[in-house]
Amino acid sequence: MTAFRTLSLAMFKGFVRDKATLFFTFLFPLMFLVIFGLVLSDGAADRTKVAVVGDGPIVSALRDSGALELEPHHDEDAAVRKVRDGDLPAAVIVRGQRLEVRFAQSDQVEAATVVGIVNGFVDKANLAATGQPPRYAFAAEKVEDAALKPIQYLTPGILSWGVAVSAVFGSALTLVSWRRKQVLRRIRLAPVSATSVLSSRLLVSAGVALVQGAIFVGIAALPLFGLTLSGQWWLAIPLLLLGTIAFFALGMLVGAFAKTEESASAAANIVVLPMAFLSGTFFPVDRAPAWLQAVSQAFPLRHMNDGMVDVLVRGKGVEALLVPASVLTGFTLVVAVLASRVFKWEE
Amino acid sequence: MTGEQPAVVVRDVRKSYGELKAVNGVSFTVAEGEFFGILGPNGAGKTTTLEIIEGLRRPDSGEVRLLGESPWPRNVKLLPRIGVQLQASSFFEKLTAEEQLRTFGSLYGVSAGTAADMLELVGLADKANERENRLSGGQRQRLSIACALVHDPDVVFLDEPTAALDPQARRNLWDVLRAIRDRGKTIVYTTHHLDEAEVLCDRVAIMDRGEVLALDPPAVLVRGLDAPTHVTLQKGVLPVAEASALDGVEEAHEDEVSLTISTRRPAPVLSALAERGALDGLQVRTGTLEDVFLGLTGREYRA
Ligand SMILES: Nc1ncnc2c1ncn2[C@@H]1O[C@H](COP(=O)(O)OP(=O)(O)OP(=O)(O)O)[C@@H](O)[C@H]1O
Ligand SMILES: [Mg+2]
Repeated sequence: MTAFRTLSLAMFKGFVRDKATLFFTFLFPLMFLVIFGLVLSDGAADRTKVAVVGDGPIVSALRDSGALELEPHHDEDAAVRKVRDGDLPAAVIVRGQRLEVRFAQSDQVEAATVVGIVNGFVDKANLAATGQPPRYAFAAEKVEDAALKPIQYLTPGILSWGVAVSAVFGSALTLVSWRRKQVLRRIRLAPVSATSVLSSRLLVSAGVALVQGAIFVGIAALPLFGLTLSGQWWLAIPLLLLGTIAFFALGMLVGAFAKTEESASAAANIVVLPMAFLSGTFFPVDRAPAWLQAVSQAFPLRHMNDGMVDVLVRGKGVEALLVPASVLTGFTLVVAVLASRVFKWEE
Repeated sequence: MTGEQPAVVVRDVRKSYGELKAVNGVSFTVAEGEFFGILGPNGAGKTTTLEIIEGLRRPDSGEVRLLGESPWPRNVKLLPRIGVQLQASSFFEKLTAEEQLRTFGSLYGVSAGTAADMLELVGLADKANERENRLSGGQRQRLSIACALVHDPDVVFLDEPTAALDPQARRNLWDVLRAIRDRGKTIVYTTHHLDEAEVLCDRVAIMDRGEVLALDPPAVLVRGLDAPTHVTLQKGVLPVAEASALDGVEEAHEDEVSLTISTRRPAPVLSALAERGALDGLQVRTGTLEDVFLGLTGREYRA
């Protein structure tokens, strides 16, 4: 037991002292989360900003409605220059009773939005000025659809992917470097089982996965990204651990075949990258063509990802873990048996 | 302890890699408490022999008994009783010297305190917190030896422990090895330093091309060789012709710096030299294992 503890500690130290590994485990997936989270963030949540010169009842109505974000300017030239430089899509200039909108030619969609909104407010003000009640009424209401906001599928996707990558690389590279540096032979000469040595490395991977989960979810939940977790999000923890074991086993298989660290990481990439793209890491699989969806069913990452989405953001219960857990367990068994068959102590 | 049982028995062990006969019918016995050396040039088969005894490699044929048991297949009962330093040092990644020792120690259930003592023993106490990859070659070697000794094994296998060590460290290590031997442990080690084997070993096996050429205590090997004693003098103290004519001299020759006289009866030669007052720069070198090696293989020994 103390051997297991000391070994785990040794491997934990080896892990945290390796800057490159730390980067690829935590920062690299986080970069994807942040970049995709910002790029794909919901358009509605991000209001269009325009320059405003002057003030008046229509401008205050615009400001109160919150339909546009207003950037006040004193100088008309400065406001127009911002549009010309492409910093803002439009400038609204108040000249007494008259409202001028100068918009950028390049972004027609954005400009049309601004023109439409401003026009609507001018019409409303005109109607109010006549004192007549409006003849036609218009109402708009949001509908919660099944399609998730990007951050809601990005977070479970990138978390599954990040955990898979660090588990595969962690075990494959450890195994290969130990074999190359003769650590495996040295361990073979000590009265410990290979299993206890491997499980201490697995323990480190499991700990890492939990920390990844906490960090990624924590950051995605910041107001900037706006992840909202569903009630039974903690069901993600057993799924995270199962996934770690499955991908750790996969790494063992890669490490059993690979002779050098370089070939191990190349092989691990070849295994993990296509799987990541086809399993819904960066976009929901249900938007992919049907045949691709069928293919992706073969990947354990796809099932881990589905389970993650279900329990983290769709509010599903334990029953949602049934399929992912069975697939991951089956995968682990098959791959672990294969890996132990091809395992070599030395080159 | 049976006392009578040898620590290591090797009987006609063979191991080939393809066409190459790395170990070609090696037999020897190492008694308990013996300091046993295996000498030989690169590729002689020393490491292969050692690793077959340790149970790391499987012999093609032949029999090995280690503490009365077979080391192959992996014999977990034997493992706590043997300590091994591999020729290529093997360490966990990114750990300090002390952490390495503690980790290896834990594989054998050894306490952390012992690890610190081992560092002291090999003179690395001041490098305890240095990462393994920042140690010098010799320091790493010493750490590797400490890792082999950390669980106080009965039989210690060291594969070229003194390679890459400076003379001071080498001598310190000799003291460590002698101390282990004095505690009744058995040591089997390989080396390229014939002079060192002569000082340390109870018996040596000289290997070449997978075979044991000679197996005896170093002194016996040297004596049995009947090699001449070499007397060296500063050049110019005596003409070569006069030296050759002295009683007992077999041969004399001169190079740029010195005059070398070979003799099997050094006493009359030395007194004749003393009579002539020709003792400047005098050095006397008796036969060594190097001469033994030369005699056995017909080749100059090159470490
Ligand atoms: N795993 C292997 N595969 C193929 N050939 C090997 C292997 N191990 C050793 N050999 C060959 O067997 C011969 C003996 O090697 P060994 O390592 O036992 O020599 P050694 O006496 O330890 O040499 P050195 O002093 O260089 O350490 C060498 O010719 C070597 O090339
Ligand atoms: Mg060798």
